[in-house]
Amino acid sequence: MKAKGSDYLVFDTEAGVWRQNPEQIVRDEVEKHHWKHVAVTVLKDWRLYLMLVPMILVFLFWRYFPMYELLGSFKVEDNVKPVAERLFLGFSNFKALLTGSGTFSQYSTEFWQAMRNTFLLSFYGLCFGFPMPILLALFFNEIRGNISRSILQVLTYLPKFMSTVIMTSLIIMLIKGANSVLETEPGILAQLLQRLGLITEESANAGILRDPNYFRAIYQVTGIWETAGYDSIVFFAAIIAIAPTSYEAAQIDGANKWAQMRYVVLPSILSTIVIMLITRIGNMLSIGYEKVILLTENQGSNLLKTAQVISTYSWTKKADKPGIASAAEMLNNVVGMLLVIGANTIARKASNVSLY
Amino acid sequence: MKRKLEVSELIFRVISYLLLTVFALCCLYPFLYAVSASISGRAYVENGLIETEVTRERTDEQGNKVLDADGNPVMETVIVKERARLILLPKDVQLAAFSDMFKNDVFWNSYSNTLFLTVFGTVWSLVVAILGAYALSKKRLLFRKFFNFFLVFTMWFSAGIVPQYLNYVHTKEVFNGIGIMDDKWLVVIAMGMAAMNIILLRNTFENVPSEIEEAAIVDGATEMQVLRQVYIPMSKSTIATVALFFAVSRWNGYFWAAQMISSENEKPLQVFIRNKLNELSELEQIQIFELNHDYAPDSVIYSLIVCSIIPILVIYPFIQKYFAKGTNAGGVKE
Repeated sequence: MKAKGSDYLVFDTEAGVWRQNPEQIVRDEVEKHHWKHVAVTVLKDWRLYLMLVPMILVFLFWRYFPMYELLGSFKVEDNVKPVAERLFLGFSNFKALLTGSGTFSQYSTEFWQAMRNTFLLSFYGLCFGFPMPILLALFFNEIRGNISRSILQVLTYLPKFMSTVIMTSLIIMLIKGANSVLETEPGILAQLLQRLGLITEESANAGILRDPNYFRAIYQVTGIWETAGYDSIVFFAAIIAIAPTSYEAAQIDGANKWAQMRYVVLPSILSTIVIMLITRIGNMLSIGYEKVILLTENQGSNLLKTAQVISTYSWTKKADKPGIASAAEMLNNVVGMLLVIGANTIARKASNVSLY
Repeated sequence: MKRKLEVSELIFRVISYLLLTVFALCCLYPFLYAVSASISGRAYVENGLIETEVTRERTDEQGNKVLDADGNPVMETVIVKERARLILLPKDVQLAAFSDMFKNDVFWNSYSNTLFLTVFGTVWSLVVAILGAYALSKKRLLFRKFFNFFLVFTMWFSAGIVPQYLNYVHTKEVFNGIGIMDDKWLVVIAMGMAAMNIILLRNTFENVPSEIEEAAIVDGATEMQVLRQVYIPMSKSTIATVALFFAVSRWNGYFWAAQMISSENEKPLQVFIRNKLNELSELEQIQIFELNHDYAPDSVIYSLIVCSIIPILVIYPFIQKYFAKGTNAGGVKE
């Protein structure tokens, strides 16, 4: 609330002078003691505040201090001096990345390619990866035996708990190409795909991971393998929360399975779906860098045409062009943050539920 | 009253069983293959071209037996080529890949480093998260909104990997400057904290009925006792879930451990696996390897993978029951 002049002084009509507002005197008194009050509360409750300290230190040192390094994006390229001592440059790094002005035109091309790849990987993830857990949850709901359902669920959650190194090692070895010197055949999955006619013999022999045309498909399919089962937990919880009477009522009305899905299940889990969808859209630009780096390392530079994402792009530039690298990350982060906040606002408006 | 299933329901159920079984098997297959490949002979893993020497009776073009002067069949030794690639079940079972690895000191070293990082890292993350979440769950905390924002902001805006890397480099310099040369401790303290897990815990703590806490305070319990004896026992499933997340992410941690730990004998298992994979993808290295071993270079990686996932598989069933409950407890705040 804004303070008005009349809050402080009132005109005393009898004496004909301005006097201090008596209410303001009380307010001033409270204000004077406010900080004392805060200090006393904190001191009395010092154990509670002490509990916060480790968390704050951890987040301050290793979440907030890196943001300070981002200031390097506004400064002259220099990988020796600390950020504070570098010369201020303004927005020229951003300009170079976005428009390719000056001597940096090749960075701009690479940046937009990485941006496009980031966006496409997330977009395909939204199209193919997002519906899978919902389908799985619907299917899990059909399994009657508790034990058989638990077994199936545990098996599908399993890949979620494996490290990226293990998952990518398996992927690399299962779809690797043939080697004529060592007389080895393509990996077992590459052979299977070739038998199924999904890939040609030449590409199976050359190794489909080295082929930029297949990277997005590989990324999505392995993504589903890794997370679909685990992500179905949330949807499954929403489905089993539906009262059995709703189904019974629908069945008495003669609804077949399709109608039950359409009129009972879908409306009940719609809010969960909306929330998850919005979270997913909000996280669109944060592609897991670890998986991309591990999949593309030693696979030839040709693959980077489709596999390079913003974070891996700036990772390759960190040594000689820290300013460009920070600027790329900054752009990615700012757009990402706008997406998260936008998604959260929409969620709040649409379903009265806030994600954070 | 049991009613008869409609045709559409029946079809859907059959499809569900079918597709789920297929999907679950697809999830499982790469791991089963890894186990089989780690204990199979080289040829079965690499190309399936199996050459075996067979002694048999010689036959002529018409398929008649060739007899010698005494009327006995003539024996011959030929090399029979068959294609028998390993698909699921192990063939030519041998444990050489494992036994060679168990003789390797670097392997044991990396394994113990991973154990170190997992145990200390999980405990550290859990203590920090529980204390912070407990304080944040208290309505009487001053600047509560600010502290929450402080936490949540890191979910909206993360600095990205390059600034994080530069920051870790500085931290490392500071750590080494004050005499802590073990980069392991830096990894334990600095990495693996996630705002989402703290929020999950905070939401669970907020749901603990305040009457119980008040009763405990009336009985003269201190803040720590309230936390230990009221809050922690009442939020077991969420804490178990969060602990699982922390432990798994520590066990699986690769990227920052690889970047930050410079000493060769402090590197964890995941880094060791990845280095082995890189090493054995070079042609020369494979040729040297194949001269000295009966098993495929891939079997080395597969056996390492098996060793790395066994601890998770052992703990997983015990903690699994908690987490469907724990995962749904928080996250979304009404």
